[in-house]
Amino acid sequence: MSVSLTQAQVAAALSQWLPPGAVLTNPEDLRPFETDGLTAYRQLPWMVLLPQTEAQVQSILKYCCEHHIPVVARGSGTGLSGGALPHAQGVLLSMARFMGILDIDPLARTARVQPGVRNLAISEAVAPMGLYYAPDPSSQIACSIGGNVAENSGGVHCLKYGLTLHNVLKVRAVTMAGELIELGAQALDGPGYDLLALITGSEGLLAVITEVTVKLLPKPQRAQAILAAFDDIEKAGHAVAQIIAQGIIPAGLEMMDGPATRAAEAFVHASYPLEAEAVLICESDGTPEEVSDEMGRMKAILEASGAIEIRYSQDEAERLKFWAGRKAAFPAVGRLSPDYYCIDGTIPRRFLAPVLKRIYEMSREFGLEVANVFHAGDGNLHPLILFDAAKEGEFERTEAFAGKILELCVEVGGTITGEHGVGVEKINQMCVQFSPEELEVFRAVKAAFDPQGLLNPGKAIPTLHRCAEWGGMHVHHNQLPHPELPRF
Amino acid sequence: MNAIFQSLQDQIRSAHALQLPLRIGGGGSKHFWVRPQGSQVLDMRLYTGVVDYQPSELVLTVRAGTSLSDIEHLLDQQGQMLGFEPPHFGPDATIGGTLACGLSGPRRASVGSARDFVLGVRILDGLGRDLSFGGRVIKNVAGFDVSRLMVGAWGTLGALMEVSLKVLPKPPFETTLEWAMTELEALESMNQWAGQPLPLSATSYQNGRLRVRLSGAEVAVRAAMCHLGGEVIPEGPAWWLQVREQRAAGFSAQRPLWRLSVRSNAPPLGFSGAVLTEWGGSLRWIASDHAPAQLQRAAQEAGGHALLFRGGDPFRPLGHPLDPVLMNINKNIKQVFDPNNILNQGLGV
Ligand SMILES: Cc1cc2nc3c(=O)[nH]c(=O)nc-3n(C[C@H](O)[C@H](O)[C@H](O)COP(=O)(O)OP(=O)(O)OC[C@H]3O[C@@H](n4cnc5c(N)ncnc54)[C@H](O)[C@@H]3O)c2cc1C
Repeated sequence: MSVSLTQAQVAAALSQWLPPGAVLTNPEDLRPFETDGLTAYRQLPWMVLLPQTEAQVQSILKYCCEHHIPVVARGSGTGLSGGALPHAQGVLLSMARFMGILDIDPLARTARVQPGVRNLAISEAVAPMGLYYAPDPSSQIACSIGGNVAENSGGVHCLKYGLTLHNVLKVRAVTMAGELIELGAQALDGPGYDLLALITGSEGLLAVITEVTVKLLPKPQRAQAILAAFDDIEKAGHAVAQIIAQGIIPAGLEMMDGPATRAAEAFVHASYPLEAEAVLICESDGTPEEVSDEMGRMKAILEASGAIEIRYSQDEAERLKFWAGRKAAFPAVGRLSPDYYCIDGTIPRRFLAPVLKRIYEMSREFGLEVANVFHAGDGNLHPLILFDAAKEGEFERTEAFAGKILELCVEVGGTITGEHGVGVEKINQMCVQFSPEELEVFRAVKAAFDPQGLLNPGKAIPTLHRCAEWGGMHVHHNQLPHPELPRF
Repeated sequence: MNAIFQSLQDQIRSAHALQLPLRIGGGGSKHFWVRPQGSQVLDMRLYTGVVDYQPSELVLTVRAGTSLSDIEHLLDQQGQMLGFEPPHFGPDATIGGTLACGLSGPRRASVGSARDFVLGVRILDGLGRDLSFGGRVIKNVAGFDVSRLMVGAWGTLGALMEVSLKVLPKPPFETTLEWAMTELEALESMNQWAGQPLPLSATSYQNGRLRVRLSGAEVAVRAAMCHLGGEVIPEGPAWWLQVREQRAAGFSAQRPLWRLSVRSNAPPLGFSGAVLTEWGGSLRWIASDHAPAQLQRAAQEAGGHALLFRGGDPFRPLGHPLDPVLMNINKNIKQVFDPNNILNQGLGV
């Protein structure tokens, strides 16, 4: 950053492009922006900007680029990896005022929206046309579509309907130099390298997203859910594998372990079986014929896998009740302990049970309780570690435990983040998952868009120096010397 | 390390050091469209075989030189398939070539494209670096999505060595329906039906006939048949194979074959020489002598782009012009992976 410019000078310069009240510099105005969903990390930004038009974003970025001022884009601030954590000497670019749904084409099944539009608002706007936007993160009432693209967010239905990546056709964005780019097309593919794939999940490091064209799907006629309880996590894991192996792609396939189930039950009273060591929620959607067919097949598999209790949702109210506990699992667990820490690793599904057992062992080693919630269908784990930040050293122990879980995910051939992104949180574990050369490629890809490294600096991609200092071991190609040997 | 892998890596390293062009060779089945130049060949057909296949994970990891037919055969035995239904365009098609060309077939509009099914890659880039991105799990957002960037890059960013793909269960039941319609009616129908909860898995329009494939549970397909009407045609499977392989009438026309990728509900583009429309109206094949700029403008106005697929110079395939800012980023990306521009010269940006 140019040392010569004061906050007042920069604010004055930027104000010329922005409406009154869109440049915030008072500490009390900055406070709401100091953290995202990962509240353990806090940082007041230098200033906050609230642009409303693409042209304003262009002017801001051009100016910041010329004056070497770091920029962090922010959507709704629900991110769970500190991706929108401000930069102390940088501007925080809030995209919250980009709230317009610009165009809905019901025949082509697309919606063109501004990045600050909430995920759920899209589905609500197109519901009268019998359509919806499929990716449904649990945060969907709050999170923005721009944030979803930046994180490549998923939801409970992404095994069948895909991630954000699979449901976005086109993105307009502004580069750090202030130039407008269009990636993808209204068609199913675009010319040149697939930069749309690259910007999806780029955590605000490549360009600021100013418009998103999403695909819409017809709402299924019917949805029904099964709640199945198991007295053993291994049997539940086996049931998950069997459902997929039998050629079924359920609309949702979620799992909670005993502690998570009991916490959820105490919170929402969904009448979950309290003695269960694992609960599966399997959802089927489609035409009534399809749903009955699939439900029958899933029930047979669950029985054969040794479920101790199987319940069908008899109506929409009951289906939602089954889901209520799962969707409220985080706050439910939150009631058990002053603080909790949510982890987001992915593993090959067949390792569900052994990985879980290892997590329980580590829980004893670290002396910290853990409750587990999974997108079982995708092998995406969300262990929730319970801790008390007020107790000396407990957060540090929690972070160490979390790091070990992520390394375990990599060890069995998985990844350190399935949907929440790396942000500041998992930056050390990037050194475990990727080799120095691979990290070098990431840095070069960033430089291809942002040569000065001003967009969201310090996030997602560690420097080699950082990896060396941290000393984590890279497991080459996710392969240990003898992958066939059991490690639990 | 695998000896073949090692020798391919050595070959790239020395080509990089000597700045000698290298062409990545697969089965050669797409040479009518895309044909790399280079005195030396990096023979990917040597690097074959399944690395890992776990049917219950829906994940397959293979070496890139493996033939598409072998892969399809393997999956078929487990009742699974490649969801994007790639065209082969010849018996020797490899999975690496298919992904490098980013080719998807009739099922694309319903379930997704080649890039949508890629979970991870291992590549050798233009410096000979052995790099892995993505992984073998369905959800993975660690690092930039370099694996999907490779799809459709024509090997200009690196040689695909191993790829992990999401695979799908085969639908238990399929049927094909047909209607006589005008192009306008067909476009309207394809778009309207795609907006309803119907088990559509492919659409085509040619010579006044709309054809629709339904796939899924038998009960669901039968219910959709009642709803849609039309006439069941017994030669459905053969027809979709012809569409996929471009052996249907019109594809062998003498005139250049253009691929126009457009907004699905864009009205008829009005060119003579329409060969076939598929992907719910999003993909329109036109055999035409019109000036490239004219076709490209029409495609652009319809929300997409146009490229010359057959009948052009495969050493310099004619794509859609990129806007200057994007062109610049594309060039920067090429620099990252192949600074000496040795890989597949002539195909790069
Ligand atoms: C209770 C809860 C449940 C959640 N459940 C899920 C879930 O089920 N699945 C899931 O995937 N995630 C989940 N999340 C995480 C989070 O909601 C998602 O990552 C979401 O996509 C973030 O959107 P946001 O608008 O809040 O982005 P922010 O948090 O504001 O930003 C996230 C990242 O995106 C960047 N960014 C934001 N807007 C733009 C833009 N316009 N241009 C460029 N970069 C931008 C930021 O710089 C930052 O790096 C959950 C979070 C919470 C709190």
